[in-house]
Amino acid sequence: MGKRIIKTIKVDANKCNGCRACEVICAAFHATPKYSIVNPARSRVQMMRDPMRDIYVPVFAGELAKAECMGRNVYIMDGREYDECGFCRQPCPSRDLFKEPDSKLPLKCDMCEDDPPQKEPLCVQWCLEDALIYEEREVEEEDVVPSDEMEMSIKSVVDSYGLDNVVATLARMSEKS
Amino acid sequence: MRYADAGYNLEIDLTRGNIEKVESDPRDTELYLGGLGTNAKIMWDRVPPEIDAFAPENVLIFSAGLLCGTPALSANRTMVTSISPQTKLFQYSMMGGFWSPELKFAGYDKVIMRGKAPNLVYIWINNDKVEIRDASHLHGKGAVETQELIKAELNEPKAQVAAIGLAGENRVFFASIEQARSSCSRGGLGAVMGSKNVKAIAVRGTKNINLARPAEFMKLMEEVKRYTIWRNENPIPNYMPILAGLGSPQEMKHDDEKWHTENFSWGNSRTRRRGFWNKDIAEDWKKTMATMQNRLISCFNCPNKCGATLTPPGQPTYMMKCFTKLTYTMAAYSDLAFGLSIAQKATEYGIDGYSGPQVMAFGLELLEAGILSEADFAGMPEDNDGKFYWLLDRIVRREGIGDILADGTYWAAERIGKGAHAFAHNNIRKHEQLPLKLGTMDPIYYLLYCCNEKATVTQIEGNFPQAPFATQEEKDAFVSDWFQCPSERIKEVVRKWSFKGEYAGPYYPTPELCSEIVDWQERMHYVDDCVGMCAGMSSFPLKPPYHLFNYPQIISAASGIEMDTDELVKVTKRVRNLVRANNIIRGLRRVDEVPPEDHWNKRFPELEKELLDTYYKYKGWNNDGVPTKELLHELNLDYVAEDFEKRGIYSETPSYELAAQKEKEV
Repeated sequence: MGKRIIKTIKVDANKCNGCRACEVICAAFHATPKYSIVNPARSRVQMMRDPMRDIYVPVFAGELAKAECMGRNVYIMDGREYDECGFCRQPCPSRDLFKEPDSKLPLKCDMCEDDPPQKEPLCVQWCLEDALIYEEREVEEEDVVPSDEMEMSIKSVVDSYGLDNVVATLARMSEKS
Repeated sequence: MRYADAGYNLEIDLTRGNIEKVESDPRDTELYLGGLGTNAKIMWDRVPPEIDAFAPENVLIFSAGLLCGTPALSANRTMVTSISPQTKLFQYSMMGGFWSPELKFAGYDKVIMRGKAPNLVYIWINNDKVEIRDASHLHGKGAVETQELIKAELNEPKAQVAAIGLAGENRVFFASIEQARSSCSRGGLGAVMGSKNVKAIAVRGTKNINLARPAEFMKLMEEVKRYTIWRNENPIPNYMPILAGLGSPQEMKHDDEKWHTENFSWGNSRTRRRGFWNKDIAEDWKKTMATMQNRLISCFNCPNKCGATLTPPGQPTYMMKCFTKLTYTMAAYSDLAFGLSIAQKATEYGIDGYSGPQVMAFGLELLEAGILSEADFAGMPEDNDGKFYWLLDRIVRREGIGDILADGTYWAAERIGKGAHAFAHNNIRKHEQLPLKLGTMDPIYYLLYCCNEKATVTQIEGNFPQAPFATQEEKDAFVSDWFQCPSERIKEVVRKWSFKGEYAGPYYPTPELCSEIVDWQERMHYVDDCVGMCAGMSSFPLKPPYHLFNYPQIISAASGIEMDTDELVKVTKRVRNLVRANNIIRGLRRVDEVPPEDHWNKRFPELEKELLDTYYKYKGWNNDGVPTKELLHELNLDYVAEDFEKRGIYSETPSYELAAQKEKEV
């Protein structure tokens, strides 16, 4: 059994007033040298902000998705209709969000990993409305053991393509990687 | 590389449809900082006094401030500058919101427009791509509606749009420019925008703003943040709640309106209703606000929530801040539900929430007095609220009597004649003021009202208390942690200043001390207006996070310009005098620097004369209010002195002597 720290930024969307301080500080903190450049388009947190519909949702950049989703979702909560993909945190081919504006390389929230460590991610430190709340918790994790499930899966592939083919393919894949 | 500045302006010739990206001179940033300062220089260079507000040769500038787009908290103001159709003077009006940081991220400090587009257009700035686009489909659309329509048609939800409504298109002299939760309302710059056939300016930017010494800058900002949090938790004790905290007056947050409703005047700035506020009204208004308000909101990168989104029943959502909450209610002797409901329509039409309601009440007074006739108001409903809705519609469409009223109280009175001027009684420099009618003349406010180039007192009061504290303990406590105060003499004033006795107004503070206090209050505004800082974090409230002792370091760390308090004082003095010079060549003199005649019940003509004499001297102006050659030389403004000389301004008979002669003749 091992232990892992889960870092969470809890978003209290009712407290957010859409000022974009989180975007400003995030972009500045991640510049090199630190704080030398400000450009909210480089921020790893983006405000989904529409005061006329009373929508204020800071969304944090997640893992790159190489392809867009097959379908899209629109959420309606408390009578407010949120934009398509409005809650999605993944940089993906369907939109410019969470990509460096010049290189289009994907951005990802790293919880402001720093040396020495920051006491909280910068967006949390600079959100004076307390709409962003930082929490850490420790979780127990079971050690990973090879599962029977994997063997079953491989067996079914072998059944379909024959063992020789599967071995040759695996060899080719491991050379590439 | 340029720091804090984007380093480029957009020059747009609307007549020819020509757009140029022009690098600005870094030396101008050192001399005038940016925002209002550099705007004043451009206006001086390009717009001679012969040019009328609506002439194509007039220039309309939208400018960010030097600190906009940096992480400086609350640096988000857009400074719009042009010639006002109402005052005929140099007008600078400002708005918060999100527009100017976006402009900086698009790579520009200013948008400078000249000429006149052949038809209604809007400007779309998307980083390096700048277009003048047809806006004929937006003709007559609301100012808030237009912002939404443009974002939708560009498919750019993150674009920021500043737009005018029907009032601006129709050149109403008090038309505003609206953006997000803020508006640029005073002096009719929306009408100038309309005269140029520009419906809106939309901007989206994804470029960098650089900081010169980032680590140092952020350390300073940490302190600003720390103090802001502390100050929000510790409002000034023994001070009226709406002014005890930071930000602009917290009108959206506080429901208790006893102070405004009983101290400000109702109607056409006529009646003070003492004893108006009672439990039933308090409950009713609180309920109204709770029903209509969706959320308190802020501008770009600002921890204060001075505005709110409001949805009156059956009407679209709009945004409001500050005292427009009550101006319609009080002008119409109505209630808050009416005020918030008509304000939604007025915001879409795009008119100034201070001038607008007063103009309507003025029109109704003229009807009552028989100066205007029933025929002028044919079709007007009988009910009180209905009259105001009707008048609003006529004014923004310039229909019938609305066409006359659309010029504001002064120019309407000029057109109407028959003694109408006596009813346009609440103006300074032809510009409607807050509906305040008070008892005894207050010497500090006398100077603030009279001498402010903006002709709007709410924009200049600030760091000094509005009234004495009651007890010595309160006075000492206030002064004990007042590190923002630049002089021991001013601290001493607060320790002594009392409601009665030797140290009571109007003879205390002395004219000399008043000059020093007013000079400081003004200076703070000039810094703010150059760097794009919201007055609510600096020049407006008591004990603000930004002040004369951290501003120089903040400006220097952001821009790389060498700066200390003395240099900042010099720069703001330069800007202050350049703004004034723009007005001096337009004829502004001592005789124009008067409060509304009935502003105070008890006046002190001799003391008032001494106040102006002393203040002018303190400023380095001659007795007619014209900056002297020596002062201008000291401020590197010799080119202004030369121009004054060429125009014969230094050799003319003082305005007050001319006025005295005229009086004798009569």
